[in-house]
Amino acid sequence: MDKVMRLTTERGVVLFSKSSCCLCYAVKILFQELGVTPTIHEIDQDPEGREMERALMRLGCKAPVPAVIIGGKLVGSTNEVMSLHLGGGLIPLLRPYQAFC
Amino acid sequence: MDFPSTQFVPSRIMGTYQPIHQIGMWGENFKSIGNPSISASVIVEVDNKLENESETASHEMPAPSCKHDQEASKPFDKIQRRLAQNREAARKSRLRKKAYVQQLESSRLKLMQLEKELEQAREQGLYIGGGLEAGHLGFSGAVSPGIAVFEMEYKHWMQVQNRQLGELRTALNAQISDIELRIVVENGMSHYFELFRMKSTVAKADVFYVMSGTWKTSAERFFSWIGGFRPSELLKVLVAQLDPLTDQQIFEVCNLKQSCQQAEDALSQGMEKLQETVSATLAAGQLGQGTYFPLVAMAMEKLEALVCFVNQADHLRQETLQQMSHILTTRQEARGLLALGEYIQRLQDLSTLWATHPREPA
Repeated sequence: MDKVMRLTTERGVVLFSKSSCCLCYAVKILFQELGVTPTIHEIDQDPEGREMERALMRLGCKAPVPAVIIGGKLVGSTNEVMSLHLGGGLIPLLRPYQAFC
Repeated sequence: MDFPSTQFVPSRIMGTYQPIHQIGMWGENFKSIGNPSISASVIVEVDNKLENESETASHEMPAPSCKHDQEASKPFDKIQRRLAQNREAARKSRLRKKAYVQQLESSRLKLMQLEKELEQAREQGLYIGGGLEAGHLGFSGAVSPGIAVFEMEYKHWMQVQNRQLGELRTALNAQISDIELRIVVENGMSHYFELFRMKSTVAKADVFYVMSGTWKTSAERFFSWIGGFRPSELLKVLVAQLDPLTDQQIFEVCNLKQSCQQAEDALSQGMEKLQETVSATLAAGQLGQGTYFPLVAMAMEKLEALVCFVNQADHLRQETLQQMSHILTTRQEARGLLALGEYIQRLQDLSTLWATHPREPA
């Protein structure tokens, strides 16, 4: 889907979320702790939300939210983000986008 | 005259180890609380066992200070000591029985109250069927087949766990090759992963069951975080047992600790958000007009997210174990698994001791 593809190729950290999703909230908190401010797209507040959801699922996000994209590459959902973080691979990916106040 | 032999030397034996064997009996009987009609006979049976045990206990008392009296060789000494030990054992037995009966009484009251609440809920039409007959609730709460299956599997899981811990102990002391040790370690790790799979299945059937940790002992539940141990707690227990670590390992463990803590914080805050959401949904509109089914149904929809959180928490536990496995040598990993297993056993022993520790009557 065009919109999703365009949004995923944005630079930086992109998070597809739903405003009612508490697991998405947890991922937002994690990014906050790591000093990163992702671009957040709440697909439940987007008129094309249904299509975006389908597009994300086609990309491989079963949930479909939260879906995390870093530097144009799909990282995945909560599972993948947590595994990456515990394995030490998340922070190197985020380093160009980290900004600690 | 001075009788040094009347010091209660055996109290160490009675106080620490004996009760745990007797406690096993009490523990068994707690499970049958759900069927009040047999409780009376159980007390009598258990009571007899205890009286017998305290008699045998005093027979078996070695009373080492007896050796000092052998020159005096006065049977009067021995008889006095044995009588005192019997009195002490009988007193402790009576206290334990009293505590047990008090527990039974309060459990019965709870059961009656629960049944009353369930009736009321049914009258209000909030629960559809449920397949429960009044008076057969049962304390294990095993009313769903998913839960019954899980409890059976978990019992078996614990047996295998204890066997594997024994194997680890033997393997570490026997100085076997790294390749052979690797196999023992892999078995241990797979066994934990098996538990996470079991929990994931039963969470789909009843997530509250997993959240409450009903299948675990009380001390284990005290440390519960989203249906299990905090990964950072596990790390703390493990790392303390693993000296010496190389500098590289210390660095990697530090990083793991930090990322673990951050992930936990994120999930904890997500859980708080979930609580706020459900609470806000239930409290919407006017309170004081009786219940309002559509709001309750909405809240339930939101609560479905709890399954995701439980799965994420278990995923975090599994990842933590796997990362440690990458960082450690085979031998260190074996020691770590053993340490973890024994820590859990101590928690279980604590629960048992707590449950049967006689308390002052209210």
